[in-house]
Amino acid sequence: MADIAAEATAPRPVEDAAVGPRRAPITVVGPVAWARANLFSSWISTAVTLALAYLIVRWTLGFIDWAFVNAIWSVPVTNGQAQTQACRALNGAGACWAVVTEKHRFMLFGTYPYEEHWRPAICVLLFIGLYIVSAMRRFWRPALALVWLVTLAVIGVLMWGGVFGLSYVPQERWGGLPITLILATFGIALAFPLSILVALGRRSRMPAIKMLCVLYVELIRGVPLISLLFMASVMFPLFLPEGMNIDKLLRAQIAIILFAAAYLAEVVRGGLQALPRGQYEAADALGLSYWQKTGFIILPQALRLVIPPLVNTFIGFFKDTSLVLIIGIFDLLTAGKTAIVEPAWQGFGIEVYVTVGLIYFIFCFAMSRYSQNLEAELNRHRVR
Amino acid sequence: MSDTAADPRLLRAPPRKGIRLSWADERLRAIIWQVLVVGIVVAIVWWLVRNTNHNLEVRRIATGWGFLGREAGLPVAESLVSYSPTNTYARALLVGVLNTLKVAVVGIVLATILGTLIGIARLSKNWLLARLAGVYIEVVRDLPLLLQLLFWYAILQGLPSPRQALHPAEGVFLSNRGLKLPWIQWQDAHSFALLGLVIGVVLAVFYARSARAKQMRDGQPRRVWPAAIGLVLGLPVLIWAVLGAPWQGDIPALRGFNFTGGLTITPEYFALLIGLVMYTAAFIAEIVRAGIQSVARGQWEAAEALGFQRGRIMRLIVLPQALRVIIPPMTSQYLNLTKNSSLAVAIGYQDIVSIANTTLNQTGQAIEGIAIIMLVFLTISLSISLFMNWYNARIALVER
Repeated sequence: MADIAAEATAPRPVEDAAVGPRRAPITVVGPVAWARANLFSSWISTAVTLALAYLIVRWTLGFIDWAFVNAIWSVPVTNGQAQTQACRALNGAGACWAVVTEKHRFMLFGTYPYEEHWRPAICVLLFIGLYIVSAMRRFWRPALALVWLVTLAVIGVLMWGGVFGLSYVPQERWGGLPITLILATFGIALAFPLSILVALGRRSRMPAIKMLCVLYVELIRGVPLISLLFMASVMFPLFLPEGMNIDKLLRAQIAIILFAAAYLAEVVRGGLQALPRGQYEAADALGLSYWQKTGFIILPQALRLVIPPLVNTFIGFFKDTSLVLIIGIFDLLTAGKTAIVEPAWQGFGIEVYVTVGLIYFIFCFAMSRYSQNLEAELNRHRVR
Repeated sequence: MSDTAADPRLLRAPPRKGIRLSWADERLRAIIWQVLVVGIVVAIVWWLVRNTNHNLEVRRIATGWGFLGREAGLPVAESLVSYSPTNTYARALLVGVLNTLKVAVVGIVLATILGTLIGIARLSKNWLLARLAGVYIEVVRDLPLLLQLLFWYAILQGLPSPRQALHPAEGVFLSNRGLKLPWIQWQDAHSFALLGLVIGVVLAVFYARSARAKQMRDGQPRRVWPAAIGLVLGLPVLIWAVLGAPWQGDIPALRGFNFTGGLTITPEYFALLIGLVMYTAAFIAEIVRAGIQSVARGQWEAAEALGFQRGRIMRLIVLPQALRVIIPPMTSQYLNLTKNSSLAVAIGYQDIVSIANTTLNQTGQAIEGIAIIMLVFLTISLSISLFMNWYNARIALVER
């Protein structure tokens, strides 16, 4: 401190142009140097840069032309029939965003009664709120489970209705984004505990339990999700006693849970294996029972290790929920595909898929960024 | 640490205790737990089987594989073996399996090449190239594959009709009926030449091995490539020339409303292939990047200090070490690509899932249809796993 004070009060040397610090040459620092090092370091690098720059500029201009300059944002509607001649006249030179303008409510909420669309809209917001709260580390405490239960109950009430003056909406009429979020959220929330049990079972010393878990995981991981969804939609009704029937959405949900649990179990097993043996032995030495050892010592450390791969697996399942399209469940992608079945809108698939893709991208990109940040944060104690 | 110094008491087997009939006995507890869990699982399975049998009886569905021999009557647009709707279901399913393999094998090869290129581009010193590769990976990984397939299919369907087909080169047409390429009229001579190519490759491998063995003995490096090229290229050309060198082009041409001749790549297959390759390549790129980054810089520097050339450092030092990191995740990507090829059913490419699905809708044999799909995929998955595990064991680090 004394040094700094002394320096501040000491008379400053007279700035002399000849003696004062010179700026480093621009070939060493600054943007020119950066470009030389990173864009034009050799003739091959220069060629790549120029070729890529040309392509990027061309594609960007082409995209702007297509998406904004030549685009049509709305078309006249007469007698409930959209007049899409203007869009067809473009002949692919511009986007016909009119299909999105016209059909966005259908794409987001499917065949849910039009006047009641505020209900699924609130549900979507509740889901997003739930994700944000769950993502914040300061809320990682047991009360979070309660928040989940309450939120999911509220969502159920809003979607079904029939109480508090809300009109009843049967499950067959649900559709769009809420279905995607329901399948993903319930799928992960229920598959996760199951996957922990399976992962523990696979590392168990009891041969029968270990074999069952291995069989389950390997069988599910060996077949595509579609075959499980087909099984849920075609074979499942045969499995149940006569008269007992489960609706299609729930059957698909069960298939997704079973599928997700097998994959998550492998991720959790990775965490269990990565834990040093000493942790297991120390817990045994303290005389803890199996469940005490697992609950207090092993799982908190093992799960912490695998949070980033877990989030990556979650992203995968979020995307995979779109496969229910194949068995005819009305999720976001199915709603988008159905929106262009109408003759007036046929042939405008690209605009719809770009819009739907944007929604998926926002969710997945947010999760992927979150996972990267979390990984950096959790590994901070290891980086010196 | 010699064996003689070990305490003899430690070498003795622990005393065997009989099982006590008490909850405190760990072994007894384990037995009870296992009996309980297996019992519950068996009970559930028994309940499901009983329900299923009952339901089948009520609905008068006869189970069994008899339907495989019946006439299928389902048209298949493209097949590698000859097929007509009058063939049996078994033949139709075989066509489906071959179509699945066709897209999976080509997809794996192309995705590996594209993914490796993008992975290397991601590590490029050129900032623009590295960022572009990064953006590609991020965007493609965050969109559902099914959406991408539908997108590509919509684009291919939006292409002009055959009369206004895009015509980038002689004999190449791109229209909403797919991609048309020139091909040669296939004759026996070509089949024999192909056989010659296979034999040439095998002989070249053996030649390279023996040359290597000789080099190990006397330390003299030998030139392998002239003989190898002679074997691989010369043998098939020789066979082809001896058999009369038939060379008749099969150029596609517009006749009326459609094309005749040439090699056709249908829009369904094309869309599925583009989607699968682009999607899987993004994942493979990340694996390749991680693999190359896992090799310490010191390895490069040490090899340079020993006077190795850049290409040989990559081939002899870096790649063998990177492969150890790359192979296991790569295996699961190959498996994913194969399983994802089942999404073909959404865009109408007739793979095994699509044909089995049609079969089970036509015959009502739900259980058999799904069993066939699962069996086919389990077999393919298991084969890829076994092959990659064998390859992994071969290149694994041999430790002391």
